[in-house]
Amino acid sequence: MIAFILKRLAIAIPTLLVLITLSFILMKVAPGSPFTGEKNLPPETLKNIFARYGLDKPQWQQLLEYIWNIIAHFDFGPSFKYKDRSVNDIIAQGFPVTLTYGFWAFLLASIVGIALGTTAAVKQNSWLDYLSVGITIGAQVVPNFVLAPILVLIFTLWLHWLPGGGWNGGKPQYVVLPVIALATTYMANIARFARSSMLEVLHSNFIRTARAKGLPGHQVILKHALKPALLPVISYLGPVFVGMITGSVVVDFYFSTGGIGQAFINSALNRDYSTILGVTILLGALTIAGNLVVDVLYAWIDPKIRY
Amino acid sequence: MLAETRVDTERLESTAEPELGAPAMIRGRSLWRDAAARFMRNRAAVVSVVVLLLIVLFTIIGPHFAAWSIEKIDWSLVGKVKTMGQPSIADGHYFGTDEVGRDLFSRVIQGTQISLTVGVLGAAVAVVIGTFYGAISGYFGGRLDSVMMRFVDIVYSIPFLFILILMLIIFGKSFVVLFVGIGLISWLGMARVVRGQTLTLKNREFVEAAVATGVKPLAVVFRHVVPNLLGIVVVYATLLVPEIILLESFISFLGLGIQEPNTSLGALISEGARTMQYGELWQIGFPLAFFVVVLFSFFFAGDGLRDALDPKDR
Repeated sequence: MIAFILKRLAIAIPTLLVLITLSFILMKVAPGSPFTGEKNLPPETLKNIFARYGLDKPQWQQLLEYIWNIIAHFDFGPSFKYKDRSVNDIIAQGFPVTLTYGFWAFLLASIVGIALGTTAAVKQNSWLDYLSVGITIGAQVVPNFVLAPILVLIFTLWLHWLPGGGWNGGKPQYVVLPVIALATTYMANIARFARSSMLEVLHSNFIRTARAKGLPGHQVILKHALKPALLPVISYLGPVFVGMITGSVVVDFYFSTGGIGQAFINSALNRDYSTILGVTILLGALTIAGNLVVDVLYAWIDPKIRY
Repeated sequence: MLAETRVDTERLESTAEPELGAPAMIRGRSLWRDAAARFMRNRAAVVSVVVLLLIVLFTIIGPHFAAWSIEKIDWSLVGKVKTMGQPSIADGHYFGTDEVGRDLFSRVIQGTQISLTVGVLGAAVAVVIGTFYGAISGYFGGRLDSVMMRFVDIVYSIPFLFILILMLIIFGKSFVVLFVGIGLISWLGMARVVRGQTLTLKNREFVEAAVATGVKPLAVVFRHVVPNLLGIVVVYATLLVPEIILLESFISFLGLGIQEPNTSLGALISEGARTMQYGELWQIGFPLAFFVVVLFSFFFAGDGLRDALDPKDR
């Protein structure tokens, strides 16, 4: 087990370094410095600004210092755009929002998805089964950025039930639509995985044995079938987690919820290089860490997996 | 490359048939003909292919019927789009106009064209790079394989969407950057699939025979291994196209992809999503319908191909 974790770390850590270096280089090859756009500053002033942001040092030293500050102090440096704010401030502002709707979306996707998928498998060819298959197929062609406008159209413009954007400190009615928009695709995929693996398990020999020895139906399902059927679903939780992170870009963009995705888009459009670099690295690190955790979890639950 | 290998397998088949001593009337059952028969039995897949062909045909013929170009603003409608910009046959705006008075019929056609082009070209790039990379890695194995696959592992786990957005901002929001970025991401999955399949192929008798008769390693890979990978490559390429269309639409939805005056389905959906609150629902309806139908068709066609070419997968 420990060897397995070490092996996964041996991929995760270089990946993170590659990510940081790659984004850093991309920032550096960008035409012009972040300050060329402003009024023609006298060379003296420019030199001072460069010294303030550490841009006068050799590139490799800048990179190493940047990485060191992140690892040692969790410090992403000052924002190039807002002189009085650091990248940490911007992240600290948006992150709790993303965490809130991401958490609920993750919960909704996994619980409803698993419930829908397993019930559909148990009651194969019932209306519930057809419903879950229908949702699954529909969700494949309606990604979150398409679903978000449709939800707003129905629940805000036609029914006037829920607000179509904003956050307001996370009042429930503001959270509902972002969470549904974010969760639906993954919920449908989880339902599909759960359904097909449940079907497979239900047709296996040990379930027939359990039925043959006279166990009541619900005990066969809950005690024997559920655990093995959920294994493939767990392996999909990694991509779901990643989807919550990338999906936050869409949710923030469309619902103006002010999460970390909004910081990403705003800094991208403002060419606030240090912020976009920081946010990219943070989101990337989260993605990598999420995948790592899910992999380890999966290997821990299912000892057959060793790769 | 692909065309060449296809010719190769056909020649092999035609020389193989007479050797069986079969009468000329009986046609042999090749792998591909079997697959075609299986595919034709899958009604959803066949319908999907027909729908896709119709859409492609529509994007080719449609512009000849369009009364307005994609850029031309219908000044008679400016400011009155809400009341007069609806779809109408009379003024030539079959799908209505967009918020600034441009013809949506022409724009939807162009958007569909661009989305399809990005999808198909991106998948083609992925096929070429992924097949070569995966086949070489899988066939030669050993240290080369572990280095090449570790590289794929690392690149695969970088959240490339963010890097792609970064690239678009730094190098400009152009078609080329978008295309290169998508190409950089999409071959990785293909390389893995191809490598896995190569591993199962490389110990088969026909490869052994080729090696024994002194065919050079690279020639074995490209003449004997790759042609036998074609089935799985075709399946995954078909399923890759809608994924790339989704990715491109996502980027365009954020306003970072295809730029004005050009447009793609994602950009049109994004515009429509902004204006639907004024009740101009046709502006989101038409692009959305095309988007959904195209994706549906590709997914169903891909599923059908998988069932036809890779029956043991089920």
